[in-house]
Amino acid sequence: MDLSKKTVWAFRRDNGRVGVRNYVAILPLDDISNAACEAVAAHIQGTIALPHAYGRLQFGEDLELHFRTMIGTGANANVAACIVIGIEGGWTQKVVDGIAETGKPVAGFSIEGNGDIATVAAASRKAKEFVHWASEKVREECPLTDIWIAAKCGESDTTTGLASCPTVGNMYDKLVPLGLYGCFGETSELTGAEHLAAARAVSPEISAKFMKTWSAYQNDVIEAHKTSDLSDSQPTKGNIAGGLTTIEEKALGNLEKIGKSVKFIDVLEPAEAPGRGAGLYFMDTSSAAAECCTLQAAAGYVMHIFPTGQGNVIGNPIMPVIKVTGNPKTVRLMSEHIDVDVSGVVRRELTIDQAGDSLIDMIVRTANGRSTAAEALGHREFVMTKLYRSA
Amino acid sequence: MTAPHLLVHAHNDNVGVVVVEGLTAGTDMLCVITEDNSDFHAVANQDVPIGHKIALADMAVGDTVIKYGQDIGRVVAAIRKGDHVHTHNLKTKRW
Repeated sequence: MDLSKKTVWAFRRDNGRVGVRNYVAILPLDDISNAACEAVAAHIQGTIALPHAYGRLQFGEDLELHFRTMIGTGANANVAACIVIGIEGGWTQKVVDGIAETGKPVAGFSIEGNGDIATVAAASRKAKEFVHWASEKVREECPLTDIWIAAKCGESDTTTGLASCPTVGNMYDKLVPLGLYGCFGETSELTGAEHLAAARAVSPEISAKFMKTWSAYQNDVIEAHKTSDLSDSQPTKGNIAGGLTTIEEKALGNLEKIGKSVKFIDVLEPAEAPGRGAGLYFMDTSSAAAECCTLQAAAGYVMHIFPTGQGNVIGNPIMPVIKVTGNPKTVRLMSEHIDVDVSGVVRRELTIDQAGDSLIDMIVRTANGRSTAAEALGHREFVMTKLYRSA
Repeated sequence: MTAPHLLVHAHNDNVGVVVVEGLTAGTDMLCVITEDNSDFHAVANQDVPIGHKIALADMAVGDTVIKYGQDIGRVVAAIRKGDHVHTHNLKTKRW
């Protein structure tokens, strides 16, 4: 297939960005506004609440990350319109203003002085307006490479490095040169393959930036907080059950996700939007699935490819997550979670090139509207990354 | 091509990965090196679950286990060719 001419049917937003879903999001600024957001979403059909655990008394870099994640989530092209509800009006307005820069409809409501009931009534009225507006948006034909696609693997095992991660890498090798925005992360989980990752940077400058980010995590987080050698956490119990023994082995499989030839062009802060044009980006993220996916969606990625070995069931509320596995046992036991079965690779019935093509086919179908396994099963894990304790 | 029992990433690897369920001790395994599709045979010394590793050479304590052509850790208990390799005889050099 000529991938440069491949198109999908998607939603082009006022700022030019392309979404594959059309949500009206009800976004809580803080933990104590979750109840109001969930009440609005229960009342107004066609909306989705995004409850989370944080947003109070954060400060410094951690607060900046909170705002970046909130604004980025509302700004994501899969979100047609957004309601923000916070306990007070100041920070609520800051998030509203950030999202409004995309040109999409957004409105903020604050609870103090009004109470939940009045706030929910006012927000519901506005949410209903947004639903009518969003539901008349129609999909249009867009180049496949206008879909920003992130990746992260989870519940990995040895088949991940043999089949599902190389499948994702093959997709990036094919689509990034045509103008795709890609993203990989998982800073801790590149330990043992950091030298190979650094060598895949586009320049010595970006390579040094990657090593600085990776080393900072080792020194500031792991060395500062570890109470053992992490062998009970990284690899996880699930990884070990699947046959992975050491972090080095896990990292080498993980890195297969970026393919053979494509280079990454920048190192992003958590939830930072890519700023150097089309290409593959590395983002400094946790290796925990929900945290990583939430950060990538907040950076603007509208689709996610998730290779799994033992069967991680992760989803995201605003970004479809496509599961790929090469483990025949996982296909047998957990088929309802798998969108792309590449277990033929370990039987040598399917080449990585063919597996990559089958993934691209599923990306097109998902972009056109096919529900992923995670969407059908109701997986909406939305987990903010927190850098340190609140004040 | 007959489905292999064991896949090996690179020629200089000293472990391979079981890719079939229910592999039993004594199985004469078809082993395929994925980087060039070359193959060879080896015998499994134990029952080994799918996804777990089998040694392709004898290794002594302190030796380095190689997979993907790269260092994945150190041997902490002697390993014979055909043995199951996992947390009981292989440990990270990191952390």
